[in-house]
Amino acid sequence: MIAAIAFYVFAAILLVSAGMVVSARNPVHSVLFLILAFFNAAALFLMAGAEFLAMILVIVYVGAVAVLFLFVVMMLDINFAELRSRFQQFLPIGLAVGVVLLLELCLVLGGWSLAPNSAAMRTLPIAPDVQNTAQLGRVMYTDYILLFQAAGLVLLVAMIGAIVLTLRENRGASRRQSVARQVARNPGNTLEMVDVAIGAGVTMADIRRPLPEATALEHAGHGHDSHDDDHGHGHGGEH
Amino acid sequence: MLAVSLYHYLTVSALLLVMGIFGIFLNRKNVIVILMSIELILLAANLNLVAFSAVLGDLTGQIFVMFTLTVAAAEAAIGLAIVVIYFRNRGSIQVEDVNLMKG
Repeated sequence: MIAAIAFYVFAAILLVSAGMVVSARNPVHSVLFLILAFFNAAALFLMAGAEFLAMILVIVYVGAVAVLFLFVVMMLDINFAELRSRFQQFLPIGLAVGVVLLLELCLVLGGWSLAPNSAAMRTLPIAPDVQNTAQLGRVMYTDYILLFQAAGLVLLVAMIGAIVLTLRENRGASRRQSVARQVARNPGNTLEMVDVAIGAGVTMADIRRPLPEATALEHAGHGHDSHDDDHGHGHGGEH
Repeated sequence: MLAVSLYHYLTVSALLLVMGIFGIFLNRKNVIVILMSIELILLAANLNLVAFSAVLGDLTGQIFVMFTLTVAAAEAAIGLAIVVIYFRNRGSIQVEDVNLMKG
């Protein structure tokens, strides 16, 4: 009884927050309602016995995907009022499609039943005495190992794709390593040997070397060279 | 196995799916809300899989939900990355402005 009431409460909050996701005026509110919807869906998962999936839903969706949405919504400077300008115009067709789809789903739900021998056709019967997580792990890493690794590849490709898409090629601001310049550098054009008389001491004028040719050339506006320059002076000062 | 009948779960998930599709039509100009609606649709599918898994006592449905979650997360990441670079290039994310390829 209590479980049924809990189901109704979670389902009601889930549906209401899903409605708010699609109809909220501000997209930030949409994302926050999406998070609420995911929490309630996780509760429904939990009630159906899928404990591990419920936790995954909270961690992956609330912790990663929804926060990603929040980042993007807040990062882009978008005139959202303008995006909603023809909201009323889309309402009838959206309602029509939704009602038609709902009717079709009702028809499906009405004339549907489980196959009589469905219990015999189970491929992975749930054992009542093993924890859900342990059971999932036992199956996931044995029978479904190839699919599991393929899922990992999908995530890897998505990560690389997202980075490649959004990476800005900005050579001036990023401190790139120029391997060619490092290799081509030799003591001859960075270091100068000076004979110092005994007891005379050194002044900064004696040990300051002229800037090397390559550095002098790229000095204008290149972030990397100021670092190179400082190094030259510091090195001279130690002697 | 379930506290309520399977029909309750199926009804909730059907309503969630309808709401997601309704959201796609309603927010036709805002691609971020469209992505969120797609997340709702995938959540409805996951709810169905978990409910059937519980009723039949079969773990395969839950395994399938794991893969659905993976694909949904990848889809959200790539979709949002495309939105970000599109906004950077054109200064707008209106779906109607995306007509460069005359699709």
